[in-house]
Amino acid sequence: MPKLKSIEDLKKVREQAQRDLKVRTETGTRIIVGMGTCGIAAGARETMHAILEELDRQGIEANVTTVGCIGMCSKEPLVDIEQAGRPRITYCNVDPNMVPRLIEEHLRQGNVVYEWTMGRVPSEGIGQGS
Amino acid sequence: MRELSLHILDLLENALEAGASRVELAIAEDLEGDELAIVVRDNGRGMEQQTLQQAVDPFFTTRTTRHVGLGLPLLAAAARRCDGDLVLESAPGVGTEVRAAFRHSHLDRAPLGKMADTLLAFLLYKDGSAPELHYQHRVGVQVFELDTAAVQAELGDIPLSHPAVRGWLHDYLVEGEAELAARP
Repeated sequence: MPKLKSIEDLKKVREQAQRDLKVRTETGTRIIVGMGTCGIAAGARETMHAILEELDRQGIEANVTTVGCIGMCSKEPLVDIEQAGRPRITYCNVDPNMVPRLIEEHLRQGNVVYEWTMGRVPSEGIGQGS
Repeated sequence: MRELSLHILDLLENALEAGASRVELAIAEDLEGDELAIVVRDNGRGMEQQTLQQAVDPFFTTRTTRHVGLGLPLLAAAARRCDGDLVLESAPGVGTEVRAAFRHSHLDRAPLGKMADTLLAFLLYKDGSAPELHYQHRVGVQVFELDTAAVQAELGDIPLSHPAVRGWLHDYLVEGEAELAARP
């Protein structure tokens, strides 16, 4: 796809987005990155960038969102992966080098990478931080 | 922090936490006057005078999740290290304005860094429900601007966090910033 850089080009983006919005909300995957002072200082912005790049590279569509500090600052960057019908998994100390394996194994193959996890919580649990 | 854009992301997060519905971010690089100024203004809940005075104290925070608040103290230290300063103004119910100034040419001044990544991280907050953002970056006489209200008006009910939209935003910001850097 050619680079789109004017506001007018947004119309094309909108048309494309409208076609698949429904599909995505029904089968949605959410990736949640902690972005408080602690997360930012630990490199969360770079981790988020790596996630967006890897999703693009592998052609996987997933929602990526940021939240504030949830109080586990020493484990930042924290990345939660939430998929419909499955428990929400929290990964800790996620640096950009870990992202390709995380996306490949967790999202593509459906296997949790247990050696990097913090724990499992109900989907309405932590991460909606203050 | 290694980049000023990381401090800026932190300031933007403060505005979100204050419940702002609109945030204005202005970066002004005055090369002749040798100053780099960052201003973040929000219409969030604001602070009482007493809270405002404590805001640059690293051992003060309004959070309940932890006991320290390092965002503003780190930025204040970075600004003072570069012959600059940090000024806070706030009024309850009106909002908060943070102004950080640096000597542009100071050896210890961190580079501005990746503004596109900072703005995207902010705009993806809570599934794209971040406040409206007006961003202006001025270098000498060149200006790059983004008003997310205009983008949202064009998009209708499609959120800014939609994969197609976030890709567009990132490219738009990277190109805008690159043009500024190319024409000082």
